[in-house]
Parts: sequence; C-alpha cells; structure tokens
Amino acid sequence: MLSMDVILVTILAAGALSIIGIVVGLILLGIDRRISARMQARIGPPLRQPFIDLKKLLSKENIIPENAIPSLFNAAPIVALASSIVVLLYLPIGSMMPILGGYGDLILVMYLLAVPALAMVAGGFASGSPYATVGAQREMVSMIAYELPLASIVIAVAWLLYSSGIADPFALSSIVANPIWSLVGPIGMVGLFVLLLTFAWVSPAELSKIPFDTPEAETELAGGVLVEYSGKNLGLFTIAQGVKTLVMGGLAVAIFFPWNLSPLLGLAGYAALAVDAVFFFAKVILLMILSVTVIRTGLARFRITHVVTLFWVWFGVAGLFGLSLVILDSVLAGWF
Amino acid sequence: MSDGTPTKKAPYVVPIGPIHPALKEPVQFLFEMEGEVVKKADFAPGQTHRGIEWMGMHRNPVQIVHLTDRICGICGVTHSLAFARAVEQIVDIEVPARADYIRVIIAELERIQSHLLWAGVAAHELGFDTLFYLAWRVREESMDVIEYITGNRINYGLVQVGGVRRDIVPDQHPTIKKCLDGYRDLLGKMLNLFLNDTTISIRCKDTGLLTFEKALELSCVGPTARASGVVKDVRVDYPYSAYGDLDISPILPSAYGGGINGDVYDRIVVRLLEVAQSVEIIETCLKEMPDGPILWESKLPKLLSACKKAHGEAVGRHEAPRGECLHYVAMDGHEAPAMWKVKASSYSNLHSWIPMLEGEQLADVPIIVASIDPCLSCTDRVAVLRGVKRDLMTKEDLHRLSVEKTRRIQGC
Repeated sequence: MLSMDVILVTILAAGALSIIGIVVGLILLGIDRRISARMQARIGPPLRQPFIDLKKLLSKENIIPENAIPSLFNAAPIVALASSIVVLLYLPIGSMMPILGGYGDLILVMYLLAVPALAMVAGGFASGSPYATVGAQREMVSMIAYELPLASIVIAVAWLLYSSGIADPFALSSIVANPIWSLVGPIGMVGLFVLLLTFAWVSPAELSKIPFDTPEAETELAGGVLVEYSGKNLGLFTIAQGVKTLVMGGLAVAIFFPWNLSPLLGLAGYAALAVDAVFFFAKVILLMILSVTVIRTGLARFRITHVVTLFWVWFGVAGLFGLSLVILDSVLAGWF
Repeated sequence: MSDGTPTKKAPYVVPIGPIHPALKEPVQFLFEMEGEVVKKADFAPGQTHRGIEWMGMHRNPVQIVHLTDRICGICGVTHSLAFARAVEQIVDIEVPARADYIRVIIAELERIQSHLLWAGVAAHELGFDTLFYLAWRVREESMDVIEYITGNRINYGLVQVGGVRRDIVPDQHPTIKKCLDGYRDLLGKMLNLFLNDTTISIRCKDTGLLTFEKALELSCVGPTARASGVVKDVRVDYPYSAYGDLDISPILPSAYGGGINGDVYDRIVVRLLEVAQSVEIIETCLKEMPDGPILWESKLPKLLSACKKAHGEAVGRHEAPRGECLHYVAMDGHEAPAMWKVKASSYSNLHSWIPMLEGEQLADVPIIVASIDPCLSCTDRVAVLRGVKRDLMTKEDLHRLSVEKTRRIQGC
C-alpha cells in the first residue's frame, strides 16, 4: 500500500540523511583528530581537514595496480560506502524514526555493519599486494573476534524488550521508545553497564582504530588493506569511515542513550525533530570521543593475536556476563 | 591463524623496504612468512651508500673532522670524536684536559637526545603516537642545550683535532643544569610510561630475543649487547677523554630490578637508564671541569703541518649512543690520510636482526628492527652495481677481488 508520495518522501529523506550523514561523519573524523592532537599537546588540524583531504583525494586519479582485479578493487569502496549509508537509514536520528524502519531490524543492522569490513577485505585481497593480503586476513580475523561481544549485546537488549512484553523486540524503533535502563532493576543496571563498556571497546575495533588498527597498521603494513588505494577510491573509503563512525555512535545512542531533549523543552513538530537531531549528533560526538579518541590516544597497537584473545576471552566473557546479569534481573523481577 | 601446527600452505614472501613507514632509513628485508609468523628473515643493506670515505681521502684531517659530523644525522659528535682521537694518536697530540671534559659533556648530551629520539621512534613503531610526541617534546630540551653550547642542533662542529672549538663558560652552567634537573624529574615519569604501560609490556616482553651467547657471537655493541647481559662499554673498558676520571659502570637491564631477557623491553630499560646515567655524568663533568686551554694548537696551519708530517696508523673508538664506533686512520706524510675507515656502531648490530626476527610475528617486525636503533646511512660503506642490477658479493668474491687488487698494485 505504498503510494507514490510515501516513496518520494522516503527517497528524498534518505538522500538528505545520506548527505547529512556524510558531512557529520567527516566532521566527526575532524573532531577526533583535533581532540587527539590536543591530548598529545599538539595543535592539530582544523576541523574541516577531512573535507580538505577528501576534496584533494577526489581530484586525484585512481591508480589500479597491475596485478589487481580491477572490478573487485573498484567495487569495494562503493560497497563499503553504500552499506554504511544504508545502516544510517535504519537508525533513529533523535525523535525521527528510522526512514527504513519498516524494512529491517537490529539483526539486519548487525549484518550491514559487517559489510563495509567485508568490502575492505575483498578490496584488500583484490589489490594483489602482500601488505594488503596480510591486512585483509587480519581484518577478517578481527571481524570474527568482535562479533561475539557485539552479538551478546544485541541479544541482551532483545531479551530485555521481549521479557518486558514489548512487541518487535528487535526493531530499533521499539528499542528507542523503551529506554533499556528503565526496564531493569539494580542487577540489570550493572549488566547493562558491563554491556555498555563492551560496546565502547567494540567500536574502535569496528572502526579499525588504535589499538585495533592491525588491518591497517601504518608502521607494519603501510596501510594494509588500503595500501594500494588512491585518489577517488581512497576518498570513498574515507567517507565510508566517517559514516561508519557516525553509525557506531548512533547505534550506541539508540541502544543505551535514547533520551530526547524535546519532551523536556516542551517542543513539538519540526522544531522538536531539529532539536532532537542536534542533540543526537552531540551525543554521538561525545560517545565517539570517549570510546574512540581517548582509547586510541592512550594505547599502543595490539598484535592480531591480542585482539582475538581480548575479544573472545575478555570481552566475550564480559558480554556474556552482562547478558546473564540482565537475564537474572528479569527472572528475579518475575519472581517478586 | 598461526598456531604452530604445520600447515600445508606454501610460505609467502613479504618484502619490507627499502622504503617503508617502519624504516627510518633505507634497508631491504625479505621475510618468508607462514601466516603471521616470520619463518626466515634476510636483509640487504647498502641502499644508501654515499661515498663519504672517498670524499675524506681527498681532504686534510681538519676538513675531515667537519665531514665526519655529517656521517650521521643523530650522532653529531660520535664520528668526529672517534676520528679526532685516531688522528691525535698518529700525530701524537695531547688533548687539553678541559677539552676532554667538554667532549664528554657533548657526547653525553648527544646520548640523551639520541636515546629519547629512539624512545619516540619505538613508541611510534608500536602505534603509540602519544608517547612518541611526548618523548620528542622532552628531547627538545637537550637539543636546545646542545644548540646553546655549540650553536647547532645537529652537525655541532664542536670537535677539532687536538681539542674542541668552543668552551663551556660558567655563565652557561645554569641553563645546562636546568635542563639536567628537568630530565632528573622526568625520568621517573618516562620509566613509568614506557615500562609500566600494559600495551607496551605485552608487545615488548619476550619479543625480539637475543640471547647472551648470540650477542657475544655476533659481537653486538652498545645497548643492544648490554640488554642481553653483555657487560660491554668502551667508556668503561677502554676509558678515553674524561671517562677515566668518572665512576661509571655499564648499565644492564637488571639495574631496573628485573632479570636479563635480552628482549625489546630490556633494550628500552637500558636506554632509559642510560639517559639517567648521562645526566649524572654531565653534572659531574661540569663540576670537575679543570681550567686551561681547549685546543692543543689554535692556529690551523700549524696543526695541519703537524698532521702532514705524521706517519702511522691508529684506531679511534668512542661509545656512541648505539655502541662502539670505530675509525681507522692511516697517514703517510701527505695532507690527506692514506686510509680512512669508518665502522659505525650499527654495523656490529645489524646481524642480530636475523636471530631476533625469526619466529616472531609480522606485527613485531617494526619494533624489533627499531630496537637496535639502526643507523643505516652511517653503516653503508659499499654498494655493488653492475649496470642497473644490484649484485650480491659473497666472501669468496670479495677475497678474489682483493687478491686481484693486491696483484695489480704489486704489478705482477
């Protein structure tokens, strides 16, 4: 029962949100660089530096190595960017419900989050460079590593909503409508906090930032999966990285900090949407500073074996611990 | 993933270098990899040969001293000191005591800045850029003092055959002391940051192992040897300049309380503790510096004519920040030396890469390579080129070539 109007509005909104997402994503990269520089007692680049970089990259030619597979090599950045933008369309931005909310849920978002990484792996293997091959192997391994903690978070949230009798426990719209902290008792709070910390450590891994930047590892692999990329293709990867940063922040906000400002200010209509969107982006920026910038400034790079141990053993246990606390809480709540 | 079980897949080759972000100077590595593990390592130096010895052999010793400043970008005084000491032995020059103390002060300041530079590089190789920026900011203090004393940040131009060219006057002491006090306060912080950081420990402990026996066998020098427990320090073993008057002993990693493993971590320990040692040495030297002239002969023509008359050969040694640096000079009554051979400290250390790297993870290659603080453009003495093709020369080839040359010289 889709009328032309609805489709048109959806397309327009999706287009607008993609552009906003790209711009905010690049600003996020700029903020990350700036804050990291300040923490290292440097001045750092201006906030618009990612835009300057991007402009330059887009004006340069693509160099495709002789022994690369051109089709795969060129498709990878496009797939990475497209899939990151699609995830954005599934996220609620403030009080605006997800544009594609009716067509998928948190499970789909998880799969879509894996796509940019997979695209990078494919692009890396297609580059025909030993550095890129090693980088792509590492990217695959770290992807497998951080999926377990991420999955335990998603399951915990869905379980919580399900046990509280909310319909569509996996839909992001219902997760946002029912802040998870209000659904649990003290034990569950602890569990959710553990899960929040786990998520904070999964984010830099998902974004390939230090200490989890083993797939790119500048000093070891000279850029790893991205080593052969240049010009427009590298520009597309940069945009995808920005959007991915925004998406990870947006996901954290949607799951853990879904509150909006407009009810507090008594706003309604478009003003409420605008205020909430700004508040949403502010929350994303704050979260990303805490979980990406601070961590990447304060640590050295891990070996890939460390990454696997960390996520499978430590954060795997932490995720399952948080999950079991949440379940315990709701079971106890059922008894009393 | 690599788990030690024999795999059927063929080992693949990862080349690193000659130009690579992990390397600060050109050298080429070839690694045979199995998964993430280095099975076989090989390296090819000689990528940055500059022919500096050839330039020197057409110049007189006073000119060469300033040329030696340019051998290394970091060891500005190491080579000039070693060369000057060789010439002084041939010409039989007695260096004034005050000049000896000034030489030690500048050599130790150089050690401070070189070790801190290395610490920054090591942090960067580990992906810990914050520590890299910190170390290099701290290093600037010593660079400022070096500039204050010599007028230059690098290529100091301080050492002259028979002494030094600039005095350190009492007016300059407060500035130098302020810098030294700054380092004394900072050292605890630096030790804490480098040695107690979890990510650095897990990356550096038991990484790049060089056993005591291997270090002896390969004749490693400097902090690389000392980190493996080899008690070896030219300053102590064959005291020169003012080092004989000082009470110093070689620093081993056990000085920090732990055992001696010969890993990258131990090399960090040795270098950081040597910074502290250098601070003490400079302080003592400033206090005990005797009065007197700073040059054996300040008139250059007189000095040159003395050099021109000299016959003989000598070896000048100096404990550079990276280990023993050695200059062999032979003079035969001409203006230019008959022979000048430079052995930079890294020359003795490069071969320790192979036992260190084999069996390690690819991720640790940059830090292991950096851990001996290689100085490649100082080390490279020869590059064999036939047309555009690089050639490998084995020991037999070199022997054959030298026999041929001897025959040619003898005219038979």
